[in-house]
Amino acid sequence: MADKNGFFDLSKTTLSRRTALKGIAAGAGLALAPGFVRYSQAQSSASIKIGFQSHRTGIGAAYGRWYEKTSAAAVKAINDAGGIGGRPVELVIEDDGTDPARGAEVVAKFAKQHKTDIVFGTLFSHVVIGSAPAAGENKIPYFVVSEGHHVASTKLNRYVFQPGITDVKSQIQSMAPWIAANAGKKVTQIFPDFAFGYDHRDYLPPALKAQGADVIAQIAIPPTESSFTKYFPQIPAETEVIYHVMVGPAVLTFVKELGEFYGSQRPQLFGFMDSLEATDINSPGLEFLDGSHFWEGSPRYAQADDSAAQKAYRAAVGIDDNGAAVGDAKDVSTASHMFGCWETLYVVKKAMEDAGYKGPEDRAKLVEATEALKEFAEGPEHPQGAKTFNGKIHQCFGIQNISKVEGGKLKVVHKTKIEDGLYEAEGDYTTQAL
Amino acid sequence: MHFGPHLLLAALEGLVTSAVLALTALGLSLVFGVMRVVNVAHGEFFMLGAVLAWAISTAIAGHPAVGFVAALVIAPLLVGLVALIAERLVLRRLNYNPEGTIVATIGMLYIIQQLALTFYGPEARPVEPPFSYRILLPWFGYSGYKLSVVAASVILLVLTWLVLTRTKIGLIMRATQYDSETAQAFGIPVERVYAGVFAVGAMLAAIAAVLIVPISQAHYLMGQDPLLLSFIVVIIGGLGSLRGTVVAAILIGLSDGIISVFFSPTLAKIIATLVVAMVLVFRPQGLFGTTAR
Repeated sequence: MADKNGFFDLSKTTLSRRTALKGIAAGAGLALAPGFVRYSQAQSSASIKIGFQSHRTGIGAAYGRWYEKTSAAAVKAINDAGGIGGRPVELVIEDDGTDPARGAEVVAKFAKQHKTDIVFGTLFSHVVIGSAPAAGENKIPYFVVSEGHHVASTKLNRYVFQPGITDVKSQIQSMAPWIAANAGKKVTQIFPDFAFGYDHRDYLPPALKAQGADVIAQIAIPPTESSFTKYFPQIPAETEVIYHVMVGPAVLTFVKELGEFYGSQRPQLFGFMDSLEATDINSPGLEFLDGSHFWEGSPRYAQADDSAAQKAYRAAVGIDDNGAAVGDAKDVSTASHMFGCWETLYVVKKAMEDAGYKGPEDRAKLVEATEALKEFAEGPEHPQGAKTFNGKIHQCFGIQNISKVEGGKLKVVHKTKIEDGLYEAEGDYTTQAL
Repeated sequence: MHFGPHLLLAALEGLVTSAVLALTALGLSLVFGVMRVVNVAHGEFFMLGAVLAWAISTAIAGHPAVGFVAALVIAPLLVGLVALIAERLVLRRLNYNPEGTIVATIGMLYIIQQLALTFYGPEARPVEPPFSYRILLPWFGYSGYKLSVVAASVILLVLTWLVLTRTKIGLIMRATQYDSETAQAFGIPVERVYAGVFAVGAMLAAIAAVLIVPISQAHYLMGQDPLLLSFIVVIIGGLGSLRGTVVAAILIGLSDGIISVFFSPTLAKIIATLVVAMVLVFRPQGLFGTTAR
């Protein structure tokens, strides 16, 4: 091979001392130039991108909308106070259609295409379970606001966290003593036939048993069901309490048909607010609920003893004293769950600042920093109340409210303690490799 | 609960399902029978009826019955208008080509559904029933409104039957269904008949939705189930056969009610689908259908 111009001849040097000096000087000048410095600053003050996996369509759409509102309010509050570690926060929203398969795609899209720092905000348990493996594969921290027990069961993976809302197992355990003492000892359970319902199916019987009460029947209802009367004959006549946890758009029908079936001769009712999130408690047909009790994560109606933090949170999110959007009384919020978005974002802020988080290369550090968290004090960042956090199972534990329907409002009649809901850890995520 | 009352409850529930299903499926069957168009967007016309019923009944103050009656009149008319526009803008341009219209109506399904989500929102919203009378049986209570839905459906079905068999419009529709080319040769404005039939089919679905919406709320995804069940009913009954549609609706509705009360709702769906498969294998034209010419 001919090398006429000596192109590959390493012995032939063309770099004179003069050129070399020029080069060094130019390089130093460039480094000192104001433009260059500005660039490196811009690098570190680029916004932190939070991928928001939102239920914009599908059966979770009513929740998705309020989760977005709450998260936007929290991000605004965080940014107004200087962002996370001095960097502004930006939400990148993708619709998952409340569908597990789409959910996994959305997580991958956040990791690969949007290159967000974390993924956040999922509610429906089947979407969380479907998306968690994608978060693990892409090694992207995934902060869910789902209340299901799946995170705390340690059956997901090290990248999945639930630091903003207590899981169902803990909720049930802390409320069982109240149900057994105040509502009745023979309980019939009605629950949706999928993951979230199974948490109730599995954890209520032992929790009640410990209090000397019994679950005498369990009725699973397919999540797409639109009429319920046909299930009611399965409710045993000796039932003292009907424990109902329904989700999806048909819950109003459920309550109404229960009313038609029983009339005024009804057993006690204890329900999860999930049944009536985003639904006006004074809707036609719901008179039947008067006097019944509900679990509430965070009270929908403003209470007499609301803390200043709770009031500030309600104002920031834009809900009035009845838990509806300010200016539109018909637009009822999902107050029992959406506070979790607010609190989770503040947990993310704390963990990122603790980890000295710079960018996606620090995701493992962020996981460890989150696991190191122990407790969250009640205040503007945690308006629902104080919480403890178990880094081994990636789950927080807070107080629960039991509210009574009275005069078309929900009034909190009992608050549980954090200790009531603590249970033995079922595993340890921190032993998994990062 | 004892067997007797249990069966009564199951039958009542089944009857309500049948009543609504018969109306919805009739619309689908009519459109297919006359136009040979498989309208995949049929369920969305149903949903649109329910959503409009909510809008109309909340806009009108006073006794809930006033708003409901207004909804029962106005909502189907509006849905009919939407269907008419869709027919003019889409189906006619495709010359009612069977494959083309399937794809086009799938598109319409998504457009209507997403528009409902955008403008109506994701919530399930209730409509107050015109009256709330609870029939007290010795074993359980039952909604009086539900029984009135059955009655209303029977009246509407009889009316449709009278229109189809006793009026000139009905004769024209039947002639078009029998042989559209010959009908055209005899001076029947086939395109206008098509437009009218498509609108009436959508209106039947909308009426069914207005009747059911005080029982189950208006929601933007509510069109999926009725569509599926309507297809099952229409296939079993025979596409384009009014009698077959009604008989199949009662069959499916009652069996759904009874099987899901005594066994499980999933089993009811399994059996319905199995029946469809069996009908397709052994009597492809449906129980009452005639073989296509």
